[in-house]
Amino acid sequence: MLGKLSWAAVPFDQPIPMAASAVVACVMFGVLAWVVLKGHLPYLWNEWITSVDHKRIGVMYCLLAMVMLLRGFTDAIMMRSQQALAFHSPGYLPPEHYDQIFSAHGTLMIFFVAMPFIIGLMNFVVPLQLGIRDVAFPTLNSVGFWLTASGALLVNISLVVGEFSRATWLPYPPLSELAYSPGVGVDYYCWAIQISGVGTLLSGVNLVTTVLKMHAPGMTYLRMPMFCWTTLAANLLIVAAFPILTATLAMLLLDRYLGFHFFTNEAGGNMMMFVNLIWAWGHPEVYILILPAFGIYSEVISTFSGKPLFGYRSMVIATMAICILAFMVWLHHFFTMGAGADVNAFFGIMTTIIAVPTGVKIFNWLFTMFAGRVVFSTALLWSLGFMVTFVVGGMTGVLLAVPPADFVLHNSLFLVAHFHNVLIGGMLFGCFAGYTYWFPKAFGFRLHEGLGKAAFWCWTIGFYVAFMPLYVLGLEGMTRRMQHYDVPEWRPWVLLAAVGAVIIMAGIILQITQLVVSIRHREELRDDTGDPWNGRSLEWATASPPPAFNFAVLPTISSEEAYWDLKQRAIQQSLLSPEPSYDDVEMPRNSPTGFICAFFATMMGFALIWHIWWLVGVAFVGAFATFVVFAWRDHDEYVIPVETVARIDRANRAARTKVLSRMRAAR
Amino acid sequence: MSATHADPHRLGHGARSLGGGIPSKRIVVGYGFWIFLLSDIIMFSAFFASYAVLSNATAGGPSGKQLFDLTNVGIETMCLLLSSFTCGLAGIGARKESNLMFQASMAATFVLGAVFLALEIREFAGLVAQGAGPARSAFLTAFFTLVGCHGLHVTAGLMWLLTMMAQVFAKGYRPDILRRVMCFSLFWHALDIIWVALFSVVYLIGVSQ
Repeated sequence: MLGKLSWAAVPFDQPIPMAASAVVACVMFGVLAWVVLKGHLPYLWNEWITSVDHKRIGVMYCLLAMVMLLRGFTDAIMMRSQQALAFHSPGYLPPEHYDQIFSAHGTLMIFFVAMPFIIGLMNFVVPLQLGIRDVAFPTLNSVGFWLTASGALLVNISLVVGEFSRATWLPYPPLSELAYSPGVGVDYYCWAIQISGVGTLLSGVNLVTTVLKMHAPGMTYLRMPMFCWTTLAANLLIVAAFPILTATLAMLLLDRYLGFHFFTNEAGGNMMMFVNLIWAWGHPEVYILILPAFGIYSEVISTFSGKPLFGYRSMVIATMAICILAFMVWLHHFFTMGAGADVNAFFGIMTTIIAVPTGVKIFNWLFTMFAGRVVFSTALLWSLGFMVTFVVGGMTGVLLAVPPADFVLHNSLFLVAHFHNVLIGGMLFGCFAGYTYWFPKAFGFRLHEGLGKAAFWCWTIGFYVAFMPLYVLGLEGMTRRMQHYDVPEWRPWVLLAAVGAVIIMAGIILQITQLVVSIRHREELRDDTGDPWNGRSLEWATASPPPAFNFAVLPTISSEEAYWDLKQRAIQQSLLSPEPSYDDVEMPRNSPTGFICAFFATMMGFALIWHIWWLVGVAFVGAFATFVVFAWRDHDEYVIPVETVARIDRANRAARTKVLSRMRAAR
Repeated sequence: MSATHADPHRLGHGARSLGGGIPSKRIVVGYGFWIFLLSDIIMFSAFFASYAVLSNATAGGPSGKQLFDLTNVGIETMCLLLSSFTCGLAGIGARKESNLMFQASMAATFVLGAVFLALEIREFAGLVAQGAGPARSAFLTAFFTLVGCHGLHVTAGLMWLLTMMAQVFAKGYRPDILRRVMCFSLFWHALDIIWVALFSVVYLIGVSQ
């Protein structure tokens, strides 16, 4: 009846997961009880859970990412403290638990922190920047989000029911095959990633279509803000790479469930094929994460330097070049496979070539700041921290791209230091910059600057203290994923790295404080104008937060910096452009399809993990029925009457007129 | 300032965008569905690649030359190609809003697809019965997965087809339903294209080796 599931699956004998899950359960029930008792449930259901508004979905993606960041960081600090203790000693985490922790850390951080954070920001910002009212497929967007959340839920369920994978964040066979990982851990991993992978693919299809097809009149491709270009590149990579991940994990699952021989030791299976396939997805994935971050830095640096982005077209070319090169370097993740000198040389050279367009970008940002009036806001600090840190990480990447050097450093902590250097210093700092930068647009008030800056310094210093020692340790020969060790030379560096993790924790605490303080003092931090940073692209033309329809009348664009030019014209003439003629606005209706579909997806994933076959059938029928019900509805749009549109837009215009008159008075 | 000044080579197709703004839903939906189909084809390419890698890994078991029956596969191919033709007719029927043409063509498509699927299942069952199931060797693993993945797509397509017939029957030729019919036929034709590649790479090359 319940397949492999029994009470034995709950680790009652292990205090750490039990305590952790008890805390999580308490927090969840606390939040739920608060929501229900305060009567917020209808609001939550109508305005958020069933929302197909790209802004709401974007916010929910970011929220998911931040919550998962806490979970992923908890794993990180457990690993650091284990290694700090485990010198000539077993430490406090037994190997089978430690292995789950580093596997969960990588899985969570890539799939459920980095991806949702970046997809959330793209979702929120891109339609506003393009001057349109929503993405191409709003309901699909909601489905994509909820499927991602469903995957995250499965990973977290594994904390209590059963176990998580011990086969690292990329389950290399033969370790991940049934013979060597007989438990449900790898199945949890695979099904969570399959489900959220479908969600990511849907959002990729959606955003590619949006950026390529949906523009305000006059918004030609070469007038799109840089963030839209990097979004396009990242989502093209999603469309081209995620199906490979789906196929690869499907093969692994067939091996595990039906005794197939894709990657097994026997019957002709080829485990290096897994490694090739997974990195044919995995390397583009790196650029899926970093390219949108590059876009964020471009927006932030240009805004806070008060200048247009230097070398816009070279930036576009560099972005698209990286998009293509991303598919030509996957083998550098396993130079040691033994493909031979020629193959390794090719991939080594291709890898170093990627440094060229990236270097172009770094110089473009530097020249954007050059001779600009730089405002050192929190968002800009994150960008500066990125530029320095990412260059260091990029350099070590070029070093690793040299096959002979890679043979020495392969699988060492040097590599771990390198990819944390580019992922934290590149991608995560970008998310934080974007979070700070677009927060007032989403909620109508700014984040507290002082606490933001303090968090930035903790993160940056903490990052260097935590990860520079890992470079040294890697050169000293310490391999990754060690549960214990007995080399005395490593000890001080390992301790130093643990100190770094604590400093990063201080940064995270400061960020939480910043959020709480900002919400409490939101009236002082209120953004009345909709343009708190003197922005240059169209999202700042809307009110903060923007109305559901974003733009009362789609703006007509005639230059690269749509909003900046509009603003300058208004300032010169001391007058807003004449009031447009308003019209009714049709917007997509909310739909619970995404939520219900994810409910069945979670059910199906759980049933598949535990071999509860009847429940798989039930969940499949449920998901199909959900789509049919959705397809059967007769009204998929609602109309916002012209009076409401006019009222909302006039309020926005009034706020801006006030600013203009203030400027006139100042002059 | 006109679009041609800021964009002298019209790389952003300035003039057209300036005139139109957001294209019709039909174009957006069709475009998005094409992007999805491309991603689906990439997924197949991963299975094709794994088949190419493993096609000689027979582990002492039977090879394609011993197993494949080209007559059966030929009939399958004819069914699928014909079903693409009837699917095209259904598209015309939908555009003409002719119930007879649409429903009859869709029904014919369904029958042809179902025959294809039945033949494929019979082939699979026969292989398993003679001890050449997917667990026998890496070659058979890759074969069953690649062909089976296409078969699963056909199954999904048949479910979609029935849903579309029911929907047109219940709701008529609404614009959103017509868009779905268009997506369905794109999907069905794409399966045909994949089958042509599959027929050549798996069966034709397999028999000749």
